[in-house]
Amino acid sequence: MSVKKKFKGLSDKAVAWLFIGPSVFLLLAINIYPLIYAIRMSFTNFYANKIGREPQFVGLKNYIKVLNKEAIWEKMQVTANFMFWTLLLQAVIGLGLALLLNRKFKGNELLTTLIVLPMMLSPAVVGVFWTYLYNPQVGLFNYVVNFFYDFGSFDMIGSSELAPWSIVIVDTWMWTPFTMLICLAGLRSVPNYLYEAAEVDRASKWQQFIYITLPSVLPFLLLALLFRGIENFKMFDMVVELTSGGPGSATELASINLKREAFEKWKTGYSSAFAVILFVTIFGFGNVYVKVMNKIKER
Amino acid sequence: MDTSRSYLEPSSFSKKLAATIIIVYTVITLIPISWMVMTSFKNVNSAISYPPEVLFKPSLEGYVNLFTNRSRQSQEYLDSLPAPETWYEELVRSREMVITGPSKFLGRYSNSMIIGFGSTFASVFLGALAAYAFSRFRVPLKDDLLFFILSTRMFPPIAVAVPIFIMYRKLGLGDTHLGMIILYTVVNLSLAVWLLKGFMDEIPKEYEEAAMIDGYSRLQAFFKVVLPQAMTGIAATAIFCMIFSWNEYAFAVLLTQFNAQTAPPFIPTIIGEGGLDWPAIGAGTTLFLLPVMVFTIILRKHLLRGITFGAVRK
Repeated sequence: MSVKKKFKGLSDKAVAWLFIGPSVFLLLAINIYPLIYAIRMSFTNFYANKIGREPQFVGLKNYIKVLNKEAIWEKMQVTANFMFWTLLLQAVIGLGLALLLNRKFKGNELLTTLIVLPMMLSPAVVGVFWTYLYNPQVGLFNYVVNFFYDFGSFDMIGSSELAPWSIVIVDTWMWTPFTMLICLAGLRSVPNYLYEAAEVDRASKWQQFIYITLPSVLPFLLLALLFRGIENFKMFDMVVELTSGGPGSATELASINLKREAFEKWKTGYSSAFAVILFVTIFGFGNVYVKVMNKIKER
Repeated sequence: MDTSRSYLEPSSFSKKLAATIIIVYTVITLIPISWMVMTSFKNVNSAISYPPEVLFKPSLEGYVNLFTNRSRQSQEYLDSLPAPETWYEELVRSREMVITGPSKFLGRYSNSMIIGFGSTFASVFLGALAAYAFSRFRVPLKDDLLFFILSTRMFPPIAVAVPIFIMYRKLGLGDTHLGMIILYTVVNLSLAVWLLKGFMDEIPKEYEEAAMIDGYSRLQAFFKVVLPQAMTGIAATAIFCMIFSWNEYAFAVLLTQFNAQTAPPFIPTIIGEGGLDWPAIGAGTTLFLLPVMVFTIILRKHLLRGITFGAVRK
């Protein structure tokens, strides 16, 4: 458009770079540079707490060490279990709530806001508070459970069978609203004429649900699960404060183990290799997932 | 099955059923939050009574303990002191303790405020600039740049924490407000750009073109025409950035210790004598979560739109 030349001030091109430049610079400096730094360190025997000692290049040694360590695969298993149950529960309950809220009864906007509250709270602080609710002597959670069925005394955080469920419950309580909101947006985006047409064709309500509602909401549900999947793969704060990975390593997720290696044992080279492996995993799975999701969307 | 009734207009029975289930869910989901607020108004003994007390005599002990440091003293020493001057001193004395000074809570809370507001302002401002450019101009490699900006969100914080830790130590930014503001700004930036681009796309180009024909420069048109139009989107984005910075824990616990520590890593350390002082933890939690809850309820329309917006667009 040649008209633009007539306007005063900077050219559009200059403005574009002026506007984008600072953001890209900051992302490069605080995000990309540290990532490259981490990749470089992952090939060395660097210890961040030993200043003055020159790190040496060790090739792929750190990677081999991480992948051969049985404990790492245990952490991956713990992470996978946590992700499976939280995503399953959040998908089912979240979609269910969204379908109910979509009936547009009176007061549903206020109820939506109240349901959303838990996901606005600080995960670490929520974790601290739930240790009180789960307390085997005085906890409200234990009291309520025993009120309905008397299990006797049980310790959600202290027992290695129950601890994995304790973090699943809190995460589901916090994040189901997220799946719900995204599904709700999906439900509201379905054009009314689809249902009107279906009614003309005398489709039953059940058929309308299977052939119209479900396919339209599915891409939204999958997207919500992608976001939650990425977040829960990185899960750290809530679980650290709730169980700190214990008892033993029953709830020691990959990130918690990573933090121990990096900031308690200060094995910087080794932990960087582990971090890179985690990053590649999440990136790889994420990419495949997005491709599958787009295929489903196209159909 | 009643096929005459439409999916679009559910029967009043099904509406009632849906409302009932939702109300039951809402009540259950709010119990932990209400319990936290109730605990903050209990005294130490009633917080650890079993079965849990629903009706109790309210006490401000939790809040007093939250804001003060105390030390236990012998009865003789307490008797030798002059009578307590304030109600909170009296409360502490009744537990055979004296106040030794204010606690760190206020400082941590104000750190959260400074870092939260600082980084929110910066990421919304930078995000708005970048979003406008992406929305209006032909930028080379636009889609790649946008994806690059988004992908920075996938890094586990711990993965980049060590390099940032080392980098900050070299630059003198470790454990400083500025360091944390920069860090949170960058973490929020990708979200800000993506959300704001959606809002900017909705503002008709004709507005600023008209202004430019009237003699505004591009920059003036942006600040005087586009920004005011995008206020709803900016508000929604700002709330998200604020909530993230306010709640963030991993970076805060790894990179700050004394000077710039925020409230989330501090609250778990409020430990009383002989185990955890639950009313004080409840009080800290309540005061910390209160602003977010009030914000959420007041600004619910922007918020709900913002949450679903990012999803709908991609």
